[in-house]
This record gives sequence, C-alpha cells and structure tokens, in this order.
Amino acid sequence: MNIRPDPTFHASPKLAMEAPPESFAYTVLLSPDASKPDALAVIDVKPGSSTYSQIVHTVTMPNKGDEFHHFGWNACSSALSPLTGHAFLERRYLIIPGMRSSRIYIVDTKPDPTKAAIHKIIEPEEIFRKTGYSRPHTVHCGPEGIYISTLGGSGKEGTDGPPGVFIMDCETFEVLGRWELDRGPQQLHYDFWWNLPRDYMVTSEWALPPQFENGIVPEDLLSNKYGHRIHFWDLRARRNVQTIDLGANHQMALEVRPAHDPVREYGFLGVVVDTTNLEGSIWTWWREGGKFHIEKTATIPPEPAAKEQLPPLLQGFGAVPPLVSDIDLSMDDKFLYVACWGTGEMRQYDVREPRRPKLAGSVHIGGIARRTPHPNGKAFAGGPQMVEISRDGKRVYWTNSLYSTWDDQFYPDGVPGAMVMANAKPDGGLELASNYWVNFPDGYRAHQIRLDGGDCSTDSFCYPSV
Amino acid sequence: MSSADWTPAWLWLAVIASGLYHGVNPGMGWPLAVSAGLMERSPRALVAALGPLTAGHLLAMLLVLLPFALLVAIFEWQRTIQIGASVLVVAFGLFRLANRRHPRVLARISPAQLGLWSFAVALAHGAALMLVPIYLGLCRQAELDGGHVAAGTLINANLGMAMLVATVHAIAMVAAGGVCAWLAYRYLGLQFISQSWFNLDTTWALSLILVGAIALALNLS
Repeated sequence: MNIRPDPTFHASPKLAMEAPPESFAYTVLLSPDASKPDALAVIDVKPGSSTYSQIVHTVTMPNKGDEFHHFGWNACSSALSPLTGHAFLERRYLIIPGMRSSRIYIVDTKPDPTKAAIHKIIEPEEIFRKTGYSRPHTVHCGPEGIYISTLGGSGKEGTDGPPGVFIMDCETFEVLGRWELDRGPQQLHYDFWWNLPRDYMVTSEWALPPQFENGIVPEDLLSNKYGHRIHFWDLRARRNVQTIDLGANHQMALEVRPAHDPVREYGFLGVVVDTTNLEGSIWTWWREGGKFHIEKTATIPPEPAAKEQLPPLLQGFGAVPPLVSDIDLSMDDKFLYVACWGTGEMRQYDVREPRRPKLAGSVHIGGIARRTPHPNGKAFAGGPQMVEISRDGKRVYWTNSLYSTWDDQFYPDGVPGAMVMANAKPDGGLELASNYWVNFPDGYRAHQIRLDGGDCSTDSFCYPSV
Repeated sequence: MSSADWTPAWLWLAVIASGLYHGVNPGMGWPLAVSAGLMERSPRALVAALGPLTAGHLLAMLLVLLPFALLVAIFEWQRTIQIGASVLVVAFGLFRLANRRHPRVLARISPAQLGLWSFAVALAHGAALMLVPIYLGLCRQAELDGGHVAAGTLINANLGMAMLVATVHAIAMVAAGGVCAWLAYRYLGLQFISQSWFNLDTTWALSLILVGAIALALNLS
C-alpha cells in the first residue's frame, strides 16, 4: 500500500493523456505448438534509447501449453473513486490468464520492468472449483476487485453451464467466485467493459471452447452458430438488464470499447464477419431513456483474391474477409482503430460523431492475399491483430497473431511474432514507423500488448474530462 | 476558570475537529460530489450530492450514539459504560490497524446510493465510534453542572446531546468536504483529488486508539 495514490492513476481520461508517455510495452508470447513455455516480453519503447523496440527482459513461465492471449493490470485509474475503497493500490501486477490451461499468472513488474518476475500462480483447479468457469480471458480492475471473463463453463470441454465473469481479490489475488447473480439469456462470453459512474457493464460473445480450441469450425460458422449478441448489465446488482441480438449472420461480436469519458454513454463493438457477404462491421451502442440501443455504423468489404492466394478454408469463396478481430478507442474518444486481420489493414476511424464513423487513416501490412511488407522491407506474416494505443493517442502498436489454431487455418505458412508501431496524426492519418520493429525469439507468436502506466484498453475513469 | 470549566470547550472542539477531519478525507466522499457536478455539468449537482453524503454520515453517528444516550442514563452503570465504550474504541482501532482489508461489501453499493454509501462507510471505518468517548464526556459534564435529576430528564438531555453532537459534527464535515469539492470543481481541477489523498489508514486507526485511550485514562483516574 502506498501513502499517496499511484501516480499512474488519473481521475479523468484527459489527465491520463497529459501524463508522461510510456517507456515499456509488455507483450505476451505464445508457443503455438506448446513445445516451449509461454512468456511475457518486456520491450523498450523509449525513443532514442539504445535498446529501442527491443526485448529487454523476458519472463518465461514454468508450464507449457497455457496459450496466452489477453491480460491486464491489478489496478488502474478506477481506484480513484472513493466508492471502491482501493485508492492506495499500486499498478504493479500483470494478471495473465492461460486461455487453454485455465491457469493464471500474477507477474510483479516492480521494482523495475526489466526485473519483472512471477509473483503467484493460480492453478486451474482453483478456478474450476470456485467459479465453475474455465478458459479465463479478459481482465479489468473495478469496484469489487479484479474482474476476469471466461470463455468456457465447467467440464472437460467447458460446455457444462455457460461461461461468465469471476472476481479476484485485488490484494491477495484469491479467486472469490462468480460475478453474475442473474445472467438472463447470456450463454456465451468474450469481452466486457463498463461505465463505472453510470454503473453498467457490457459483454460480448465469441463461442464455446469446442468451436475454437481446435480451430474455427466452418460448418458452425456458416450455420451462424457463433456468438452474435451483446449484453448489458447492472454492474453493482450483477444482473443482466438487456440483451440485443445483432442478427445471426453477424458472427463473433468480440471487442467492447466504451467511450473513456464516463459522461459519454456510448461505445463500439467489432463484429468479425457477416456470413451473408463476408463483411466486417463496426457497431455503435448507446443508452437513451434508460434503454440500450445498437446499430451497425461501418462496414468493411471483403477483397476478391485468386484461389491460389487463399488457404483451403477460403478457396470456395474466392475472397478474403477483412476479419475484424480487434478494435481500440483513443483516450480522447476521437479515433477508433480497427484491425482487419484477414485483409492486412489497420483502419483509423474518426468517431467524434459516434454513430457516423468516418475513415480517417489506413495502413496496409501483411494480409492473406496482399502480404504487404513493413516499410523496413521485412515480411509481416499474419495481419494487424491486437492493437494498443498510447495514452496520448500519438502511437499505435499492434501484433500479428490471432489464436494458435486459427492462425494455422488462415495463414498456413506460419505467423512468426511481429510487433509494429504507427504514428497517428492529431487530425487523422496513420503512418508506420520504419524504425520500430520487435524481433521475437524463434517459435513464438505475439498477442496482446500492455503499456506501463496504463493504455487505452485498461484504464476506466470515474470523472469526466473537462 | 478551573480546568473543569474548560473541558466542555475542548470536547466541543474535538467534535468539530473530527468533523473537519472526516470532511477533508477523500475517502469519506467529497470527490463523489465533484464527479456528480462534472457529470451533470452543473454546480447544483455537486451541492445536491453533498446532501446524501452528509445525511448518511449523520445517520451513522446517531445510530452509534443513541444507544449510549439511553445506557448512560442508568446512573450506577455509568462508569462501566464509559470504560466499556473506551475499550470498544481502542479495540476497533487495533482491529483497523491489524486488518487493512477494505470491507468489500461497500463496493456493492451503487453510485446512485450516495447516502447509503456514506452511512455504511462511516460505520465501517469507525468514524461514528470515534465520537462516542467525546459524547460521553459531554454528557458527564452536562450532568455535573445539572446535579442529580430524574432518569427520564436525563435520557431526554442525553438524546438531545446526541443529536447536537451528531449535527455539529456533520455540519463541520460537510463544510470541509464541500470546500474541498468546490475547490476541485471550480479552481484546482481533478488533479486535486489524487494530490489531496493520503493513505490515512494507519493515522485513522491510531486516532481511534488515542481517543479511546484518553477517555479510558480519564475514566479510571
């Protein structure tokens, strides 16, 4: 416990933007064939540093086959609400779930990121026993401690009972139990986030473990059996208050990005693919008159491609779907970044009018058919995937792998880990930085990125920007 | 004037000082008033949020003080009760010192229920309990002045004293908290929230022990 609040906690998104820029990025590394243990890479992102864009430290886990994907901090700016009673926590521990093993690692990043080390390991049995959930995924810190979403229910296949969210103590990291008291019609889970002062949570849907662990199931996709609904919850009452179906053809409603400024009661949702036309789409949800609404506000078309350019999975379609796998909203709520993992494009939308996103910038790199190289000449396998924006909105980082078995289906030639950075112009426009290229160790793929001091998909705020 | 004449003044000062102390502590809720004002873009919303925050604090004070108002009227138990109350305050301070965990149930209260939150947080942190020895001291002083009176009159006097102590404390609290909220809202900006927030858990626990110990010493002397 500190005597003063952690200097990386900010009352409003505006104060977070004015804070010093990031010095280190944390990126999780995955061994896709589980031949090596997964790891956490600490990357120097200080411009001008002699080790700029290089891995300066690696925390290697003691187990194999965890499958790292998303992760998060033990504490963030949400601690500055007196309601939570956690004002003196430190932003210090990274909570890293193993999505395949259901094991969770707690990594201590103090006293120095280059000396980060494992603090605690929570074995899968504890999670199964205390929550009845499996396959932990998204991590957020909030009023009752650390919230972790899961993709599986109990049982070997994770199909006995629905997946959901569980709570972990933010000081002892003890698993406390399920979050939901009344889940309503919710049966699938993926991402979640919230508006803390307005007291609601939003959750999305991917699929059940048999539909993703051994690869995408084309029959299930074409019969619209992946998730296509969004759920709205009373956060403190832990109750589902509204579920909206996007239409069954909108398959895989994944990332949820509410406006950072809590006075704004809207947010965005990315949908991977429309099975009627292979489009990817962006949806805007908002609250009005006590009810939630959502509409499709942007679509991204598929790109035709010759059969020999396509993996077997896509050859019948003669086209590459954009596959909107991740989205991220800048801290000032002005720009939404959309990763098109299939076509190999990072799009930047101006969302100052949230229900009318305007394409403001775009960068091509990788892609199933395009295979655009990096400006430094190096090949970028896969496509833009997990994206993270610096707090000041000037730098956008991303990696290239989606999920072990899915990578192999869409990119059969392999997806060696890559992480790049693009500079964003204040009024829109995106350009890849030719001097930022992270070399990852052989045999590893790169997934989510976290920035020291918080970033645009971790911190939630209790006070508006003024 | 003799030292005994000064005692009530010191005790009243303690009531006001503890109110100011609770008021300026962000943990007792003034940043929530700032948030309300900013969310609604209206200073009125800030002032309106101070209402339930104060009411909740006041109710918590009364809930703790009123039973003592009745108990202390039983004259032959008075000393026992005063010693018991002092020991209780010291014990709670020691408990807060040993157990640094935040009562998690508070996090379940919705941001819309500011009054309930303020009530619960004042009870959970022993803010109300801290007033008990001071209050009992004031009752005893009033009684010494008044001499022997009937139990019924005494209960009425004690209840009145409890209302007065809780109200004075709550006014001091809302004044201090209101000033902090207004400064942050109007002049100093949201940085003031983290800048003015110190981890007072240890000080708080020690304050409880100190208040209890002084009361105990006075009662035993």
